[in-house]
Parts: sequence; C-alpha cells; structure tokens
Amino acid sequence: MTLLRHLAIAIIVALVLAGVSIQLGGYRDYQMAEVAAYVTAVAGLTLLLGLSGQISVGNGAFMAVGSYGGALLMLHLNWPLEFVFLAATVIAAAGGAVFGIAAARLRGPYLAGATLMLAVALPTLADQYAGVFGGDQGLSTSITTPAFLGATFPPTRWLAWVTCACALITLVLLANLGRSRIGRSWRAVRDDEVAAALSGLNVARLQILAFVVSAACAGLGGVLLAVVTGIVAPGAYTLTLSIGLLTAAVVGGLGSLLGAVWGSLVLVLVPTYLTNVAASHGLSGAASSSVPIAAYGVVLIVVMLAFPAGIQGGLRRLFGPAAPAAAVPFNALRRRRPATEHEEEGLHEKTT
Amino acid sequence: MRRPHRSGQAVAAIAAVALLAAACGSSGSGGSSSSKLTASAPGITASTITIGSHQPLTGVAAPGYDEIAPSSNAYFQYVNAHGGIYGRKIIYKYLNDQYDPTITSTVVHQLVLQDNVYAIFNGLGTPTHLAVVKYLNASKVPDVFVASGCECWDSPSTYPDTFGWQLDYVREGKILGKYIEEHFAGKKIGYFYQDDEFGQDGVKGLNYEIPKSQVVAAESYNPAVTNIAPQVTALKAAGAQVVVSFSVPAFTALLRLNSLKLSFAPQLVVSDVGSDPITLAGLLESFAKQGGATVSGNALTQGIITDGYLPSLGDTSNSWIKLITMIHSKYLSKYPMDGNVAYGIAAGYTFVQAMLKAGRNPTRQDLINAINGGLPQGIAVAPYAYSSGDHNGITGAYMAVIKNGALSPIGPVQVTDTSPTGAITTYSKAQPPAPASGIPSP
Repeated sequence: MTLLRHLAIAIIVALVLAGVSIQLGGYRDYQMAEVAAYVTAVAGLTLLLGLSGQISVGNGAFMAVGSYGGALLMLHLNWPLEFVFLAATVIAAAGGAVFGIAAARLRGPYLAGATLMLAVALPTLADQYAGVFGGDQGLSTSITTPAFLGATFPPTRWLAWVTCACALITLVLLANLGRSRIGRSWRAVRDDEVAAALSGLNVARLQILAFVVSAACAGLGGVLLAVVTGIVAPGAYTLTLSIGLLTAAVVGGLGSLLGAVWGSLVLVLVPTYLTNVAASHGLSGAASSSVPIAAYGVVLIVVMLAFPAGIQGGLRRLFGPAAPAAAVPFNALRRRRPATEHEEEGLHEKTT
Repeated sequence: MRRPHRSGQAVAAIAAVALLAAACGSSGSGGSSSSKLTASAPGITASTITIGSHQPLTGVAAPGYDEIAPSSNAYFQYVNAHGGIYGRKIIYKYLNDQYDPTITSTVVHQLVLQDNVYAIFNGLGTPTHLAVVKYLNASKVPDVFVASGCECWDSPSTYPDTFGWQLDYVREGKILGKYIEEHFAGKKIGYFYQDDEFGQDGVKGLNYEIPKSQVVAAESYNPAVTNIAPQVTALKAAGAQVVVSFSVPAFTALLRLNSLKLSFAPQLVVSDVGSDPITLAGLLESFAKQGGATVSGNALTQGIITDGYLPSLGDTSNSWIKLITMIHSKYLSKYPMDGNVAYGIAAGYTFVQAMLKAGRNPTRQDLINAINGGLPQGIAVAPYAYSSGDHNGITGAYMAVIKNGALSPIGPVQVTDTSPTGAITTYSKAQPPAPASGIPSP
C-alpha cells in the first residue's frame, strides 16, 4: 500500500513538474535539472546520516565514480542513456560496497576522516590517468534531445525531464526502503548498536548496505549532473562538493527526503541568486566574487539557528501538527544514545 | 565654375552613401547610417549590446588572470563614453567560474538562457572553455576571442561560431624553438611543461624546430602538485643548459626558485603565458617569503627569454601603449599596469573592431561573417589569421628578454602557421598606429 501511495504522489509530482518546466524559461529548466541531480545524491546521503547514523564526507567521490563510469560508457560504447544511468548507479554502488566494508569498522570522526580521504584523493586519479579520464579538461557528456520531441524542443527542458524522472524514481525507492524492514533495522542500529545486535541484527551488514545505497544514489546523481553540465572534470568533484552535499542534507533536515529537496534547492539557487544580487548592486572585482561565498555562509548559519532541525524540521514545526518537531539527531558523532520517542520518525510523519 | 564642382561632390557623396547602404545590405543586417537601431539579435536592443564571459575571479587561476575581464570592461566603458558602437553601449557581464569546468557550464547556461547575451566573449581557460564550446555552437551563440591559446578553437567545420584570439601555443612553440635552434646551437635543451593541451601544444611547436638530438630532458608538471623538485632535479641531472618552460606564472616562479635552491642556472626560455614580469616578480617574492627567504623578484626574472605578441609595456612612446596607459589610469588604477591589463584591453579592442564591422543592426551570424571576413590588425604586433577557413587569432610575436621588470624586444616580429613545415618569416610591415580616438574606425 505504501508503495502505491508513494507512486501516486510521485506521478502527481511528475505531472506538476512537467507543467512547471513548460512554463519556465530555458535557464530555470537547467536549474531544475541541476537541483534534481543534487536531490538524487543528497537523498542517499540523508538516508545514510539520518537513518543508519553513519557519516560520509566523501559522497562527492562516489558522484565522480558514477559520472566517470557513465561518461566512459557513453563515449566508448555508445550505450543508451537509461543503461548508462543504471550502470553508473551500479558502479558507484560497487565502490560504496568496497568502501563500506572498511567504513563499517569505523565510528564517528574516524569514519568522517576516512571518507574525507576518499573525497580528497579520488579526483586526482583523473589527472594521474589522463589518457583514460581526460585529465583536467575531463570528458564530454553532452546529450542530444531525442528526435520524437521535434527539433524545436528546448534541450534544457529535456534535461529537466530526464533528471526529475530519475530523482523521483530514486525518492520513491528510498521512501519505501526507509519504511521497510531494512529502514527499521537501520534506525535500530543508529539508536543503539549493541541493542540492535542483541536483537539479532547484523550491524556490519546493515551499515555496509546503507553505504551502498548512499553511494548508488551519489553515482546516479553524479551521472545526472554530468549529463546536465555536459562535462565530467575533476574540478567538479573536489572536497567542496562533498561538503556541499553534507550541507544540503543538514540544512534540509537530516533523514528527511523532502529535506533533501529543500537542501538541494538551497545548494543550487542561493549562490546563484547572491551572485546576481552582488553583481546588480555594482560590487566590483574581488568584492563581488567573494560576497556570495560569505553571504552563503551567513544564510547557512541563520537557517541552522532558526531551524536546528533543518528546513523540513522547521516547516513541520510551523505548519505541522502540534507534536514536537521531528528532528532526527545528527548522532553519527554521538552514538549509543537511546532515541527519544519523537526522534523515531525519519522519512514519514507520524500523526499522533 | 564652382557649382558643377559642388554638385559633383554631392553626387559622389550620395553615391558613396548608396554604396555603403548596399554593402551593409549585402551583409544581411540592412540599413544605412540613418536607419533606426533595432533589437536585431538576442542581447541587442536599440541602446545596448549585452555580452557575457566566464572568468576565474577566485581560486587557483585568479591571481593575475582576474584583472583581464575588468580591463576589457574598462575599454568598453571608454568606448561607451565616446559614442559606443553605432550608439549602443556595451554591457559586459562576466561571471566567476573559479576555473572549474562544471561551474563554467552553469554560468554560461545562465548567460545564454537567462541573461540572453548576444555573444560569449573571451571565456578564459582551456579546460573550462572546452566544457561549453559544444553547447555554444549548438545554440549558435557567437563564441569569440577565447582567452586560451589551445589549437582546439581553430576548427571552423566543427565549431563555426568559435574563434581563438591570442597567439596559439603551437605557433608560439615554433617561434621560441626557432630562436633556440639559432642561438643555442649544440647546447643541451630541457623542456618543462604543463601536462595538458597548453603544454603539449607548446612542446609540439618546439619539436617542429629544435633538433631531437639536442633535447636531453622533457619534464611535465601537474598544476595541482606544487612540489616540482623532482622535475628540476631531473633537468639538472640531464645537464640541460637551456630550459624551455610552457608554464603558468606560478609554476615559472616555482621553477626559478627550485633551480636557485639546486644551484642550477640554465638559460630560461618561458612562454608568454607564464612570463609577465610583474606577475612573476610578485609570485617569486611571495613564494620565497612563505619559505622564509627574501628575494628580489626583478633580480630573479632578469634575463629570462620570452616572446610577446602585444607591444612591450616598456615602450612608452608606442601609441598603443599610450592608449593602454590612458585606459589604465582612467579606469583601472587599482590594478598594476601589467600584461594582464594590456591583454584585457587588447581583446576588448578586437571585439569592438568585429562589432563595428558586423554592421548597425547585426544578427549573430553577421558577427561571425564579419570575423570570417578578416579583421584589420589591432593592438597585437602581428595580424590576425581570421578567415572562413582559419579561426586562429594573432599569428606572430617578437622575441624578448626581461630587463628590470619589463620586456625588452630582441628581434623583429615573426609570423608563422601551425603546420610542422610552415616557414617562420619576419613580418616587416610596420604596425599601424593607434587611432587618435582610441576606437577603431568601422
């Protein structure tokens, strides 16, 4: 039943998005596509952080794995788009599995450190093996609009459709996963590993699985972003991206898939908006290029002060039922703390 | 006796106007000098021309290069203040891409789709611009005067709307190579180059001229790795007496400092891109300071051999340098008067040349046609290569040596092509002086 409900919601949202994309101009469609790509990646990360309670500062690296994998398949084997997306997801998931085996042995800051290493080290491979990965200038991944839409169909609208479809499918799958037995087991592991193990859960396996799911989402998000921007280059997958994903998950609201959407909107739209504001106020040179970065920092601080549980948490507090805000604690760093009742929410709202 | 003469003049004038109108009409834009200014293309209104660019305003490539777009903009402001282009003012919107190709893609989409720019002008960087060259050509947006010497912009059949501008690295490599072959015959030569299209194109040009037997070492660097001690040690071990460097300024400075540390003193020959004396001196002093040493930047750049395709900034009697100095003092006083400022102004000048040639009410294709028809020589010391079959820009340079922080020419302007066998010839035509108004005539 849950599956049907989620599917129904997804179809309605898809129709609304299609309508909106037709109304919007070319650049808004492009931004919509960018947001959808980030939503895909952030959704996986928010699940990892909020549900299984692990931290990853390296999901940008999994995005790189997915996008380079996809780009190579597109360039050398000319695979059709849907298979490229699938393959990129699988390749990144495999990477996540390998790394997850190591990650399952690490806790808190050590896990953060290990994933950080991944984020820093992996993109440099592109320079080391420039023959395969194209070095600094990367690989071209631009796609063409399919013929049946006609020659005048705006290319960015097609990009928006493709990415939004992928993002919605991902969200539906994750929403169901979160409400399934696996999702419940993840929460059990998050709240108390010992208790979970005593209840017969295989803690390590569950943690690896969470890593695999988050890496798969990052891989798909990565290949989507590559298709949107038309290029895969190491410059895009620096530590800044990984931190950006983490920021989006936290600002949006940890563990909440809707929060992933808000977080991605902030990640894509706020810096662009601030750059435009700075430019239109006649700030010049170094000032106009630095102000957006500083202002972005201020926005993040303000959001976190106003809504400690992220945007989604704040929205629930403002518009939701009278029950206390559903904040999934950021307990990757503070583990083995029993959950209080209202923390047991994650992906869905409990109507009390 | 006078009357017929006068009427003769009038007839001649009318005929000239008619011819001019016909000429404009044939280029597709239409309209004589009295025709109304119309919104003839995206980004063009009756009073403005909006163009865009992607530039590294922050990040690794920003030092020095962040002066280029403001300098072009300063020249546009000067033109706007003196009548603009057929009365239209240029609005130059350059966005920061942090030298990251993914951000380049985003900001260029914004410029084209949201800000509705007429053209992308002087987009900076090889890896960054490669990210958008396909998109711009597919969207038929003029992609003019790319700020990179990669050979890749000269591809009229694949990228009909893209034009290079600065001396390309293959031509530059050939000109440097020929000088080395002539002046350092029999000496051991070492290469030091950036491991991407920039360095590889340069080495390609060098190899066309320098005999293989003379090259004792070829060491490359990755711009992300600042420890180049292994490469410099290898160059020293190979006994290189001359080191040719295709490097960005930061790595030219590192090469110089690492050599100093190893008491390795080869003759340095550096590509124009990495040899601006003022940028270099600043970098040398700040790097040395980080390492706890004090050096004189000017002393360390003294004697470096390089090439220049813009007039030497030290040549204060040159009319072009006077123009650049005037723009600099009027609009750019917060920047040092260096090669990047000259570069930005020179590229802006070329754009104004092309826009004036494109006509009063140009479409996007009119700008492409105008450049394909060739442009008269501008601030650069050598002519442009532009034709419908060649989208390279400046075709030659003079050899120079750095003396007291300025380029001092040591040879005539030489021009060549990008082919392995194409001759390198002295360009003997004198460079036309700058127009008194500072603005090219249409």
